[in-house]
Amino acid sequence: MNCGVVVFPGSNCDHDCFHVLKHVFKLHTEWIWHKGGQDLSRFDLIVLPGGFSYGDYLRAGAIAQFSTVMKEVIGFAESGGKVLGICNGFQILVESGLLPGALMQNHSRKFICKTVLVRVENARTPFTQKCAEHSVLNIPIAHHQGGYFIDPEELRRLEENGQVVLRYCGSAGEVTGEFNPNGSVGNIAGIINAGGNVMGMMPHPERCADPAWSNLDGQLIFKSIIHSCQNGVSV
Amino acid sequence: MKVRPSPDITPDIVCQHGLTLEEYRRIQDLLGRVPNLTELGIFSVMWSEHCSYKSSRYHLKKLPTEGPRVLQGPGENAGVVDIGDGLAVIFKIESHNHPSFIEPHQGAATGVGGILRDIFTMGARPLALLNSLRFGEPDHPRTRFLLNGVVDGISSYGNCTGVPTVGGEIYFDPCYNGNILVNVFCLGLVPSDKIFLGNASGVGNPVIYFGSKTGRDGIHGASMASSEFDDSSEEKRPTVQVGDPFTEKLLIEACLELMKKDWVVGIQDMGAAGLTCSTFEMAGRAGTGIDLDLSRVPRREEGMTPYEILLSESQERMLVVVKRGMEEEALALFRKWDLDAAVVGEVTDKPVVRIFENGNQVVHLPVELVVDGALDLERSAARPTDLDAINRIDLTEIPEPVCGDEVLRKLLASANIASKHWVYEQYDHMVRLNTLGLPGSDAAVLRVKGSKKALAISVDCNSRYCYLDPFYGTQIAVAECVRNIVCSGGMPIGLTNCLNFGNPEKPEIMWQFAQSVAGLGEICRFFDIPVVSGNVSLYNETLGEAIYPTPTVAVVGLLEDRSCHTTQWFKESGHLIGLMGLTLEELGGSEYLSVRFNRVEGKPPHLDRVLERSVHEMCLALINEGLIVSAHDCSEGGLGVALAESCISHPESPRGAELHIESTIRHDACLFGESQSRILVSFPENNREAVEEKARIMKVPFAVIGKVGGDSLVVNVNEEEFIREEVATLKKLWMGALETYVR
Repeated sequence: MNCGVVVFPGSNCDHDCFHVLKHVFKLHTEWIWHKGGQDLSRFDLIVLPGGFSYGDYLRAGAIAQFSTVMKEVIGFAESGGKVLGICNGFQILVESGLLPGALMQNHSRKFICKTVLVRVENARTPFTQKCAEHSVLNIPIAHHQGGYFIDPEELRRLEENGQVVLRYCGSAGEVTGEFNPNGSVGNIAGIINAGGNVMGMMPHPERCADPAWSNLDGQLIFKSIIHSCQNGVSV
Repeated sequence: MKVRPSPDITPDIVCQHGLTLEEYRRIQDLLGRVPNLTELGIFSVMWSEHCSYKSSRYHLKKLPTEGPRVLQGPGENAGVVDIGDGLAVIFKIESHNHPSFIEPHQGAATGVGGILRDIFTMGARPLALLNSLRFGEPDHPRTRFLLNGVVDGISSYGNCTGVPTVGGEIYFDPCYNGNILVNVFCLGLVPSDKIFLGNASGVGNPVIYFGSKTGRDGIHGASMASSEFDDSSEEKRPTVQVGDPFTEKLLIEACLELMKKDWVVGIQDMGAAGLTCSTFEMAGRAGTGIDLDLSRVPRREEGMTPYEILLSESQERMLVVVKRGMEEEALALFRKWDLDAAVVGEVTDKPVVRIFENGNQVVHLPVELVVDGALDLERSAARPTDLDAINRIDLTEIPEPVCGDEVLRKLLASANIASKHWVYEQYDHMVRLNTLGLPGSDAAVLRVKGSKKALAISVDCNSRYCYLDPFYGTQIAVAECVRNIVCSGGMPIGLTNCLNFGNPEKPEIMWQFAQSVAGLGEICRFFDIPVVSGNVSLYNETLGEAIYPTPTVAVVGLLEDRSCHTTQWFKESGHLIGLMGLTLEELGGSEYLSVRFNRVEGKPPHLDRVLERSVHEMCLALINEGLIVSAHDCSEGGLGVALAESCISHPESPRGAELHIESTIRHDACLFGESQSRILVSFPENNREAVEEKARIMKVPFAVIGKVGGDSLVVNVNEEEFIREEVATLKKLWMGALETYVR
């Protein structure tokens, strides 16, 4: 299985994603430089990591959508390749139109870095198939613009299609405003495209996937992807 | 020699440049001529207190700076300490006080930028940031604005560069109403044979400028930081620079890529005093000269004068000397990272800096004269006459509380003791997957990837103690910092300091400074911890009101085995709670006196250096032998607060505890006095004998004082109940206080 981690000049979780793929899961992993020119067809998975792609002084990801590499990533996704956007990567996927909706400033208007709980809403995706349906994962968030927004009509469609994959919740899985860290519509923390091959999530699974820590919930996301690349979606 | 002449230099102009007439005469004597205005500007920044350390150098020379692990002591951009396995850590703490008071967001942000550059300029990838922040009293009208602005500035800059901010401290005190303190620490990791220095050696080698373009911002920032504030300080806003963390991120990556090449000769960032300082210092260290052509410097604005280009403190700029012939390769590398870059000069053999613009020579100055010419001042020092009265305290005047509940609640909800999660949750403290010990315990703990090792880092200073006694107050700052390190399982290997004081021209301030440095030197010698880097910030004074002396220290500790990392919170019901050290009847300078009676007086707690060291050794031995499962240092708020924090800081759910303390001293001193050299530990009952045996062998007073369990913190003194509070209540108070205040 070949993995690629895109490096925008302001990516800063690129090393963490690379580390987990290569050193924890022992996968063949390469860097993909933002200026483009690489053939992406050899990859099974492309990760858009967290960070501040081009500084993001404007809306996060607004400039990245015009980068050469994103044109290539869009082509890769359209031909069925799996793309995982984490944090800034999610923002870029939304800005590029690979995923619907928008990510707005947290309602506190502050950066938030802490471990939160998310409920798995759909465990039949290539990114979550190793999780139990409605199980609760402990995953850190670290963002300033993580408030997911989408209009009610489209939200209904997302929900009907099972495209809402993760929601912020309490320890018993309760999805209420109390456990919404950033003001996301419907506590949404992660979504998938209609084709089921592009996922965006604000929480950082790579931050809880290295055995140096006791919390390894993030491994479930990576194990799901590995499983689906090797065997397809089993459900 | 032909240097372009300039208008006559009048005493007014000299004075506006922050130089005394005596210093101006010295310049003329040493130079053998009258300097032009650009040259005067250069002297103004290079001889400023901020760059020349002219008031402090005499005292700083007395600090112990050597040790078997020290690869680089003070004098370079930061200190370097060997940690084995072919690795070294580079670290330093620096102030950005004056700019942060004037413009908190940008002041704090560029403070982070500056310290990051000090670290990666030496070849290290920055691994972690910490900070020590001081604000005025919570009720002061500006405090909320300054706190929000500073935290926001640190958050936006640090987060964007991808360097985690893993810890720090925040204090509030009226003495900082007119001068806040923003001290930022950075540590980087580097192969010990790949350390880069700021040397411009090799005659004929090109000097390359890279990073952001030069603008008109920050001109005379170093001079601003070298004078007191008055009513017009707001007008100094234009001297505060604006940070661009994205460019900083590009610089980090470009520098680390550059340093893999074997043709980099020397490199330095442009910090205070900008291009001037880097040019002169790099030539100074190598004993060479530099010819600089200003017309090649990338500029943001049209029509900038040589004076402006040389004194600009625009951020995110670097100067590098590479081997001749490698210019094009270097420039290509900077293009890859979309950074501006240009060859702006050449190393020469004569130790003179010559600066040209469009073929005209605008500056011609001997390097040594500029770098080392400032007179070392031995300023006069005198003990403040009111200190004796302040040091006297009659405990019989202080009414003892019958019950400790209310005091404990008040302390936990006080701004200085309350949880700082509102602050550290705004910092990305996890990025790069090294933060084993998250903020909220005694020290931050970082793993060293590729080895079993980890690093523990803490910053500390109780400035109230330093005000009451700068000598012992400073020693306590070091002792407490080391205690935080050993509580986390680390062995201290090096120290850096940021000495924040008032106006050194006043003998009382100079006395505080001299006492503080003497105390620092003595205790570091005693603990055998080298001082490898540091920074002095003077003139923290507004309209004659100086801050308390605040010698912030940061200690770095090494854990040979990261699995020994220990946290402060109680782990399991049934574990025993023990206290190392002695509790004396001391209330001087305590948070208790301040919170309950609004009094800052008495003497700081007694520090027994020998006991302190034994406590450190015993704590480390207990941790390394796996005998204890939690360790927490007793500091502000004393044993009572340490107990409460051990109960409520558990990241999941709080733990209760029941204590039975035998004591012959006042109950308030017993629970809230701040006696030094005490560590609160917990351990499984099975280990009791081994722990007690260790205390006997190491001659450390030790008592088992209670047991973890239940939903409440219950403290009995001499079998009488003194405190009983539900831990859930205490946790809510402690967690919510700062957030409630800020809103």
